[in-house]
Amino acid sequence: MAMSPALSSTRAPARWQDYFQLLKPRVMSLVVFTALTGLVCADRAIHPVLAGVAVLCIAVGAGASGALNMWWDADIDAKMRRTRGRPVPAGRVQGADALALGVVLSLFSVMLMGMALNWFAAGLLAFTILFYAVVYTMWLKRWTAQNIVIGGLAGALPPVIGWAAATGSAPLNAWLLCAIIFMWTPPHFWALSLYTSEDYAKAGVPMLPVVRGAASTRRQILIYSLLLIPVCIAPAFTGLGGLPYLAVSSLGGLVFLLLAWRLYRSKAGEAADPRNDPEANGGLYDVRAAARDARNLFAFSILYLALLFATLLAEHLAGLKPLELV
Amino acid sequence: MSDPTRENETEAKARRGRNIALAVGLVLFVILVFVVTLVRLGGNVLERPL
Repeated sequence: MAMSPALSSTRAPARWQDYFQLLKPRVMSLVVFTALTGLVCADRAIHPVLAGVAVLCIAVGAGASGALNMWWDADIDAKMRRTRGRPVPAGRVQGADALALGVVLSLFSVMLMGMALNWFAAGLLAFTILFYAVVYTMWLKRWTAQNIVIGGLAGALPPVIGWAAATGSAPLNAWLLCAIIFMWTPPHFWALSLYTSEDYAKAGVPMLPVVRGAASTRRQILIYSLLLIPVCIAPAFTGLGGLPYLAVSSLGGLVFLLLAWRLYRSKAGEAADPRNDPEANGGLYDVRAAARDARNLFAFSILYLALLFATLLAEHLAGLKPLELV
Repeated sequence: MSDPTRENETEAKARRGRNIALAVGLVLFVILVFVVTLVRLGGNVLERPL
């Protein structure tokens, strides 16, 4: 691992906020939201303190895997604009300290989940942390363009852990919530990578646009979007979602597909041809406009997932009955 | 040229902040385990044989 210049004796001392940043608080907030949805959708009465502890354990476990990720990936983080300000590549926190924080918080979160809730949920949490830190971060991320497809499982598991924390089991509907996030991850991240692929190429991370090119990425985004929407609508027919959920998932799904189609037809991710004069033929404008299509899908994908889970959460908190097939 | 005393002050301030954060974290963890124990034991905590 190359030593960052900031690791010299003149580096700024680590503040507690730097350690908190290692936990990727924004990712933690998304994990809290999906885990809470899983916990509430389980429809099992659980003491509010224990419910809070379950969500806290999942959040801390996610934070721990974030710290482990930042420890391992400090070398590539230092090369990317988006990540070079992180505490380890910036030299504010030593890599060994990030590792120690990740390991300690992993152990604390799993043990507390086991003792306060149940060991099935604790086992799922341990699996999720290991999957993200070892399978995704150490193995898949630098090895295959399918890194985020398989690695997306780690981000998809929190609702299952939440459900398991409440009931001690993980039925089909819990896995359906997992499937929604799992299928959502590729179009979401590939849309982002279409306009940040230069950074990934510089760091040597084999993201799909870098390895297969922009056209192939746009095609795969469309294919995954087509597969995603039925999965998102499915909870309305499995006793999990009600009429509002059916409306939100269907209408939102149509918008998602429309944006994915527009992105497919665009030139997003294509480098502007330097031989062309952008002022003369509008080539640069085409590329910028296409990047906007990628940004639109990326932004809407976040809104769509948030709406799906918020609707399920609201329905179950309000005691709304799910749709009945007969 | 930077003043080495000043730099130490900055480091001491950062270390103090880290220590306070760690202390708060540990105290909250102890309280959390205590509350979880009470919740898990429920009424049984008062009904145990003496």
